[in-house]
Amino acid sequence: MLRENIPDLAKMVEPDRVRREVYTEPAIFELEMQKIHETVWIYCGHESQIPKAGDYYQVQIGRQPMLMVRGKDKKVHVLYNRCPHRGNMMCGDRHGNTGEQFRCSYHAWTFHHDGKLKNIPMMDSGYAGTRLNKESPELSMKPAARVESYRGFVFASLAKEGPDLKTFLGKSIVAFDDMCDRAPEGEVEVVPNCFRVIQHSNWKLFMENQIDALHPSVTHQSTGRAAHEVEKAIAKKAKAGEALSYHMLSAFATVTIDKWDNFQTINYPYGHCILTGYMGLRPQDPDTKAYDKIMIKAYGQQRFEEIVGVNIHHVLVYPGLSVQSPLQQLRAVRPLGVDRTLTEIWHFRLKGAPEPIYRRSLAYYNLVNSPATLINADDLENFWKCHQGLSSDGGDWVSFARHYGHDIEKPGEVSSAPNQGTSEAPMRNQMKAWAKYMRA
Amino acid sequence: MKEQHAVEQFLYKQSGLLDAKRWQEWIDLFSSDGIYWMPPAPEYKTWEGQPAIFAEDKNLMTVRMNRVLHPDAWSQRPLWETNHVVSNVVIEKDSAKEIVVKSRFHMMELRRDDVRHFAGSYEHHLKKTKSGYAIKLQRVDMTNAQAAYDYVLQVWV
Repeated sequence: MLRENIPDLAKMVEPDRVRREVYTEPAIFELEMQKIHETVWIYCGHESQIPKAGDYYQVQIGRQPMLMVRGKDKKVHVLYNRCPHRGNMMCGDRHGNTGEQFRCSYHAWTFHHDGKLKNIPMMDSGYAGTRLNKESPELSMKPAARVESYRGFVFASLAKEGPDLKTFLGKSIVAFDDMCDRAPEGEVEVVPNCFRVIQHSNWKLFMENQIDALHPSVTHQSTGRAAHEVEKAIAKKAKAGEALSYHMLSAFATVTIDKWDNFQTINYPYGHCILTGYMGLRPQDPDTKAYDKIMIKAYGQQRFEEIVGVNIHHVLVYPGLSVQSPLQQLRAVRPLGVDRTLTEIWHFRLKGAPEPIYRRSLAYYNLVNSPATLINADDLENFWKCHQGLSSDGGDWVSFARHYGHDIEKPGEVSSAPNQGTSEAPMRNQMKAWAKYMRA
Repeated sequence: MKEQHAVEQFLYKQSGLLDAKRWQEWIDLFSSDGIYWMPPAPEYKTWEGQPAIFAEDKNLMTVRMNRVLHPDAWSQRPLWETNHVVSNVVIEKDSAKEIVVKSRFHMMELRRDDVRHFAGSYEHHLKKTKSGYAIKLQRVDMTNAQAAYDYVLQVWV
């Protein structure tokens, strides 16, 4: 139905430009929730968020309120947060422990952690001779069609059919390998705090901005300059490595627009993307050297070099996840409406790594990703402004023409050309995937 | 009573400097090792080594101030307007060198046509110096700290 109501969907996406309605039209938003977010693999959370049986977290998949819960059998289940009786929400808290069972606050129906019905008060007398009995599947909490986990990162798909998680992730799987491999024990553990920030724009603007190498030195110039001044002032008297947190900020200004062209984006099927490049993450201070020693002991010299040589700035897992693996951060995108998007921001500890290495990840988390961020404040401002402009009749198209026609195409990947790191190839690739999903 | 009055006046002065955007003077209220800290939740015991909404020494405060004043701080055009009310001032500890004082705040913020409200409690650890109080630690427990942020916080609360 919905699909027929949207005129000329096929004409909305051209290889180098996109109609503005793609970002502003509520009917398109509804359709993309159904065709994309409620179909593909969406990141739910990390297994270490729910270590004990009964631990749960609420998670939004498209428009669907879900629960990620740990069962007694250690398995992670993803269920609709809904009682099958009258539709009452099962868990009202964002996270917690449900104990031995889920128990509905309305009529005391109870369910196992996998969603299967446990008991209904006076079941036998109440339902004798009705269409329902204990075995009826409609008396259980509905599970997500598919749940898979990769190195502790839990994904769910609400569609029965589709590629398995590994096939879907493809080369973007490096996000999780890179993060975990940097841990001497090969695993990461979530730090139990999630920052949540709402932007007043369509979710796609967030995904495009994450790997937009053209914007940092413009959008974040004020913070970069201010941090660079302080960095210079304290560099002389500070211990080696102490000014690193300022460097994380100053890089936004000192890496000028032309230098971003030295980086590269590599784009993959399903809209995924890797932005290569470093932000001074291999300093030669004593903390890094101590960490290197532990890593070499755990992996051997050759494997160690491979691991720390992985050259990633950002990995995008389209449509809903942005990972900065060398800094152990990720942002999960939860669309709230055509013009409102929530991001959930998490960071992780490298198991077995010394404390100072965690402090680096923490510094970035606090400075760049906290709700008092010196960086994202200006992104959020741009997102709102974009939405205002795109809602107007001042123009019909969004342009992604930068370096169009120069990208390097190989089977299964499209890269920006050398010295064209600011190519809008990732946006073109995302919209190509978007259009494919929407036409399916 | 004298101490109570003095400390109240100090807190009012601090919030007045924020509302007037006299940020350098606001930073100058901190001691050289002073920290401005907003934990994500009340159970946090220390600002070090843990997630924080703010955990800023004077260097970082200077970065924040200079960023806000930079002509290309896009999210500062237009600038925010804020109004703080500070009340319920209770001295928790008082010694010759230091005083710990708790208070409550309410901040109304206006930008463009949008109004937001932030409220919570302050805990000030103040050094007694020849030139008056100096903030060694300001802990800000915001009641809405764990709520989703509709946009972000730009300057100190």
